[in-house]
Amino acid sequence: MYRYDEHDHALVQDRVTQFRRQVERRMAGEISEEQFRPLRLMNGLYLQLHAYMLRVAIPYGTLDSRQMRKLAYIARRYDKGYGHFTTRQNIQYNWPKLEETPDILAELAEVEMHAIQTSGNCIRNVTSDQYAGAAKNEIEDPRIWCEIARQWSTLHPEFSFLPRKFKIAITGCDNDRAAVKVHDIGMIMKRDASGEVGFEVIVGGGLGRTPFVGKTIREFLPKEHFLSYLEAVLRVYNQLGRRDNKYKARIKVTLHETGKEEFARLVEEEWMEIKDSTLKLPKEEVDRIAKHFEPPAFRAVPEVAPTTDARAASDAGFASWLRHNIFEHKTQGYSIANISVKPMGEAPGDATAEQMDVMADLADEFSFSELRVTHSQNVVLPHVEREALPALYDKLVEAGLATANLGLLSDIICCPGLDYCALANARSIPIAMKIAERFTPAKQEEIGDLQVKISGCINACGHHHVGHIGILGVDRKGEEHYQVQLGGSATEEAALGKILGRGFSADEVVEVVDKIIATYLDIREDGEEFIETFRRVGQTPFKERVYGTA
Amino acid sequence: MSQIVIASGLGSGRVVFLAKGSKTGAVAWGGLIEVSEVAADDARAAELLAIAEADAATQNEVVEPYLIDVEDKGGQLRPTKYREVIRCLGPTVREDLGKQAEGTSA
Repeated sequence: MYRYDEHDHALVQDRVTQFRRQVERRMAGEISEEQFRPLRLMNGLYLQLHAYMLRVAIPYGTLDSRQMRKLAYIARRYDKGYGHFTTRQNIQYNWPKLEETPDILAELAEVEMHAIQTSGNCIRNVTSDQYAGAAKNEIEDPRIWCEIARQWSTLHPEFSFLPRKFKIAITGCDNDRAAVKVHDIGMIMKRDASGEVGFEVIVGGGLGRTPFVGKTIREFLPKEHFLSYLEAVLRVYNQLGRRDNKYKARIKVTLHETGKEEFARLVEEEWMEIKDSTLKLPKEEVDRIAKHFEPPAFRAVPEVAPTTDARAASDAGFASWLRHNIFEHKTQGYSIANISVKPMGEAPGDATAEQMDVMADLADEFSFSELRVTHSQNVVLPHVEREALPALYDKLVEAGLATANLGLLSDIICCPGLDYCALANARSIPIAMKIAERFTPAKQEEIGDLQVKISGCINACGHHHVGHIGILGVDRKGEEHYQVQLGGSATEEAALGKILGRGFSADEVVEVVDKIIATYLDIREDGEEFIETFRRVGQTPFKERVYGTA
Repeated sequence: MSQIVIASGLGSGRVVFLAKGSKTGAVAWGGLIEVSEVAADDARAAELLAIAEADAATQNEVVEPYLIDVEDKGGQLRPTKYREVIRCLGPTVREDLGKQAEGTSA
């Protein structure tokens, strides 16, 4: 993991001191709310329906047990005993007091964390594959590049007041777990014909009210030009991006209005000017960062895991958890263990302080003290010896964290919605809970891989556009109402869902999901997942079942 | 439609209500909807909002005041829009939190 140097420490400490003084001035009336609002937002502090909300950055979703314990402590000491893991691999606290926020930031700084770049029209916290450094088919660990991007973008003077917020995601695998194609810039590590490693650069993806799948503007970017090319894209966007209309200010609209070829030409033109400047990355600097991400001291253990295999043969619950929550690791005898933060009857992504402490303890005991937060709002122990999985599972069961539903219907991505969010039009959490409760674990297993994603408004924090089943909450004449769309995907085969038809009341929407799934089960071919069936047959059979007409 | 003024406490961020008898220079905010000064018509509502905005701008006690529609339900004031009902009660998925957990109702 990356550890702060003296510059990082100084920067974060300075920000805490600065914000403490800003809060004091606001409380004393020396600055107005209008003057203070952008200052608090630059420190991740929003004002929501019931209270302030503090969004804390978890850079590229990686944290250690010490940091997770601090998050638990903050939940307990300054909030209501829980936090919410978000679709941007961050954590949000729903009840902090303004005057205590500088203390929270000081606590975070102690463990090399902060809330910078979690709001405002800047380059936001860079996101990545939650299995980075562990995934079997990874070309290289993308977190090295995420960290380089973090250092470059933090308080970047040219890009602190962009036309709109800007999100970058980087993955080191062909199979995309970071939804890179629906980010402002998505980068996929790949090899060229000579075997050299670089990046495919995808620009202009995004969700919200105008969703787009990003377009590749450069098939292969050599690694040394990583920063100069990012800078070139940002410069073109900063020049062309619209500042007259916030709904048309994201780069996805800039790219769409400019045209991919012309936008790419402008980027290349800008890049030619700066590619051999100080932005060209020296190998020794990349190596210095890469040292922070060297693999932990894995033991030489056999591939076979007799204790685990025996337990799986005799314990159906464990076998199910193994099947759904455990992924293949690049190191022999190790596994990637997912902790579902979607237990039945709870808000997706919400974890109590006690659960965070348990996860920190388990990271120490089983995973070299490392954890990851996923954009699907779950937590990962990235390096667990396969033979230790039964012991890990037993402790997760004890903590209520052993739900075996990764990738299944109840592993729902869900924004806070109108239960918390000032922007929302409708509640999303109760819909997610009702859908999850409707289908037994056995039924979910029968259904197989199915991604349901729910947003409480068009801003799409719940990624509904890229759900196999996407649900969008809207306000219709003062009532909560829900649009349903089908066929979205956030993977390497990214696609935007299509609206099924007229919307539904909160009471109807669970029944509609049930009908959609019943249709799928009726018409699927052997081994066919929901999204594959949808791509084969289109919307018609689903519409017929839901509306009684084609 | 009757209206009241709702805002957020500057320090706590918690929902507060412009209290009965508030006037320019003598404004009170309460944590219960029951304390609210109710405007019976738009003209009075505009007056209340102006009082609240002036207070927010000068007294550093509340932020973002605005008007909401309310109705009398069984002798209790209640917002007419579900967004404001949730604001006045707390998250529907966490009845142990928010004003609903403090034994107050909207």
